Amino acid sequence: MALPQTEMRPMGKPILRKEDPRLIRGKGRYVDDILLPNMLHLCILRSPYAHARIRRIDTSKAEAAPGVKLVLTGEDLAKMNLAWMPTLAGDVQMVLATDKVLFQYQEVAAVVAETRAQAEDAIQLIEVDYEPLPVVVDPFKALEPEAPILREDKEKKSNHIWHWEAGDREETEAIFREAPIVVKQDVRFQRVHPSPLEPCGCVADYNTATGKLVFYVTSQAPHVHRTAIALTTGFPEHMIQVISPDVGGGFGNKVPVYPGYVVAIVASLKLGVPVKWIETRTENIASTHFARDYYMTAEIAATEDGKMLALRVKTIADHGAFDATANPTKYPAGLYSIVTGSYDFKAAFVEVDGIHTNKPPGGVAYRCSFRVTEASYLIERVVDIVARRLNMDPVELRLRNFIRKEQFPYRSPTGWVYDSGDYEKTLKLALERIGYEELRKEQAEKRARGELMGIGISTFTEIVGAGPSHSFDILGIKMFDSAEIRVHPMGKVIARLGVRHQGQGHETTFAQIIAEELGLSIDDVVVEEGDTDTAPYGLGTYASRSTPTAGAAAALCARRIRDKARKIAAHLLEVNEDDVVWDGAAFSVKGLPGRSVTMKDVAFAAYTNVPDGIEPGLEATYYYNPPNLTFPYGAYIAVVDIDKGTGAVKVRRFLAVDDCGNVINPMIVEGQVHGGLTEGFAIAFMQDIPYDADGNCLAPNWMDYLVPTSLDTPRWETDRTVTPSPHHPIGAKGVGESPNVGSPAAFVNAVLDALAPFGVEHIDMPIYPWKVWKILREHGITE
Amino acid sequence: MKIRVKVNGKPYEADVEPRTLLAYFLRETLKLTGTHIGCDTTTCGACTVLLDGKAVKSCTILAVQADGREVMTVEGLEKDGQLHPLQAAFWEEHALHCGYCTPGMLMASYALLQENPMPTEEEIRFGLSGNVCRCTGYMNIVKAVQSAARKLSVESREAVGEVATSGTAAD
Repeated sequence: MALPQTEMRPMGKPILRKEDPRLIRGKGRYVDDILLPNMLHLCILRSPYAHARIRRIDTSKAEAAPGVKLVLTGEDLAKMNLAWMPTLAGDVQMVLATDKVLFQYQEVAAVVAETRAQAEDAIQLIEVDYEPLPVVVDPFKALEPEAPILREDKEKKSNHIWHWEAGDREETEAIFREAPIVVKQDVRFQRVHPSPLEPCGCVADYNTATGKLVFYVTSQAPHVHRTAIALTTGFPEHMIQVISPDVGGGFGNKVPVYPGYVVAIVASLKLGVPVKWIETRTENIASTHFARDYYMTAEIAATEDGKMLALRVKTIADHGAFDATANPTKYPAGLYSIVTGSYDFKAAFVEVDGIHTNKPPGGVAYRCSFRVTEASYLIERVVDIVARRLNMDPVELRLRNFIRKEQFPYRSPTGWVYDSGDYEKTLKLALERIGYEELRKEQAEKRARGELMGIGISTFTEIVGAGPSHSFDILGIKMFDSAEIRVHPMGKVIARLGVRHQGQGHETTFAQIIAEELGLSIDDVVVEEGDTDTAPYGLGTYASRSTPTAGAAAALCARRIRDKARKIAAHLLEVNEDDVVWDGAAFSVKGLPGRSVTMKDVAFAAYTNVPDGIEPGLEATYYYNPPNLTFPYGAYIAVVDIDKGTGAVKVRRFLAVDDCGNVINPMIVEGQVHGGLTEGFAIAFMQDIPYDADGNCLAPNWMDYLVPTSLDTPRWETDRTVTPSPHHPIGAKGVGESPNVGSPAAFVNAVLDALAPFGVEHIDMPIYPWKVWKILREHGITE
Repeated sequence: MKIRVKVNGKPYEADVEPRTLLAYFLRETLKLTGTHIGCDTTTCGACTVLLDGKAVKSCTILAVQADGREVMTVEGLEKDGQLHPLQAAFWEEHALHCGYCTPGMLMASYALLQENPMPTEEEIRFGLSGNVCRCTGYMNIVKAVQSAARKLSVESREAVGEVATSGTAAD
């Protein structure tokens, strides 16, 4: 059964999702649902130590255990030159450790057995003799001369990985020297993990008869995975089929290639049967790539009347044991230089140093376009502190410093060209909708009574949709994306794209784009992603890039089809092509609206009645290289009340006004905003992965790494303004990450606004009740 | 160990290892893969099924504990090709993104509405607080449960003749 959705002209409408009928029936097909004949199960033995030499590994007992078919160690992989693999950041990472381990839960050995339980039993029989080594957890201590060198495999004998900078140092320093006001603040963005509900996993299925390797994997970037597997293993790329089936959430966690994937492939190649590896939640949090972990210092130079002049940012980035950021090659700190945000600074200078520690590798962009969340949080947090120091309302300071709408396209001091925006309009809508003036009055009354209420603002600008190809690549592969559309004789369409959704609703939104462009109904179009044998090459879904890149490719590919259809229509209408007009639903003869043919008529003719000189068929492929990134933005306002007795923060209201350009499906956009705000809320108040001095992970499960439930999560209010992207074929910008990028600052600013009477300017996330409670006690509040 | 268990109304007999969890029995032995596994700590609720009508996390129940009892999974919600009102409401209210939590959410919601046919928003949020969704932010899930509760209430009133089935002013 399906609800009838014969909607024509579906763009901009809240079309119900085409992917849902299977998912609400429990008929989705996630990677762990793949059950193949003769399939074996893989489990991985992990290190209990954060830093230790491996003296000896004895696998004999495991090999003799019931059901065990294969035991693999780093030594076994080294013989195949597979003990190490490349990361997406140009570093290398151990697949299975050979001589030493560099983080707790690092992969040490693997067992393949008939059942998962047997494999789990057997890994416990592997004996490893470790010699513990001194552990470095703190990236600042990692830089001290006496710190042990963690990466002995590297030529550079230092825990310092790279230094990166953007902007103009001299110009910035000149302004700082003259500035009447300088505000400086250290801000930490804690280590977090995307932790989607479905952990990572794969099934490697090598067929000895055909020589083909089918690799099912829960992947946000199946083509990149195919190329990475070919590069790593030397297996011929045309004999690798990567299938990313339904993906149970990604948020950046499913972009990288993980050691378990390589081990599963090796096992299947050796054994000639399918091998499944599904990680546990603990393995997911404690070994797959983390996000953030930035130690940031920002300084803003300003005038006394609140004009912000220059921004200086220095950051230490903890990358863990292996530099495995999923960042474009030229941008080791991602798009962090968007840190000037929505403000018209005269100059800015940003520098970041990447550091190795004894922690898991990373960091991925967790619902974020490559370090944009860190940047957004930093600038929005520090702008609030500037307002505090100047005794200005944070709204007034923002309005005084916004990039004005007539300045677009706007070149930022760090070199980005913002496509479009009207920041003042969006903020003013937010203020009006939330009733800002009344809230400030209420706050004043409450303060007079000793109650703690806070209002937090965040007016962020994102940068999403990588390419363009001239600047952006991953593993050397240029960042474009693609669509292929086939119109069948009966006027039905199958479209395939190079991206891979994980809940964003591409099967619906891309069908809306294509149906709109071709004058068909939404039900006439099926969208397929995730199979590298059928989909055109693409870089995948992350960094809010799907609509900016593959969405553009879908629109332009459909227009390519329409161009050919026009020629066939001219033939059917027996007129010159120049006399054919398209009205969004049909081709007709100029000046004779009664004579028309629909796309369905043309589709049939493309296979049955093609004029001489025109290729039969109606198909097209489009590879889209975006001319620029897109710059969605928003104005978010949080209202919080603080319980003086417990320090608990209650988010009473939260309004998100987003501007993501033209909207394809408002229902899906709103859903994405709800979800992103919830993750932003979780980061502000709950999620953190701390390590003790010995490098033990203190939150390797969902009892200690706190993910919000329906009881924790506030009610969200949403609205939008629409400022189309001038360079995108349908004027869209991308939205999935904006709420996660923009909201943490709004929450934290609201808490600090509530605590303003005590002169507290900053608290690092997550804002646990005890942190607030401690501050209140320090200020004699004991109620 | 031999167990007999009725799943979605169908009787099954199987020989299981005593340590087999109900979730794995459903997924791997019966091939009912709609029941998902998301954590190892009974936190996420993706594996929620009904055991004798009560919502349980099937990753924390042994298959042998289901011996002689009745299990209902997400695959048992649809009847005669008709989606259960909860399934339809999850679709209509956009209460799922990736869909991985959805089967567990549906079963927890089903159990909630059995106990409390017209829950308030607070009661729904409390009733579903053992189920984690990483995508939606829960608002649309709450809306879907409310919408299904209204539909089910009309249906049950129709069944006892309180509401004219062809009337225009139902509900």
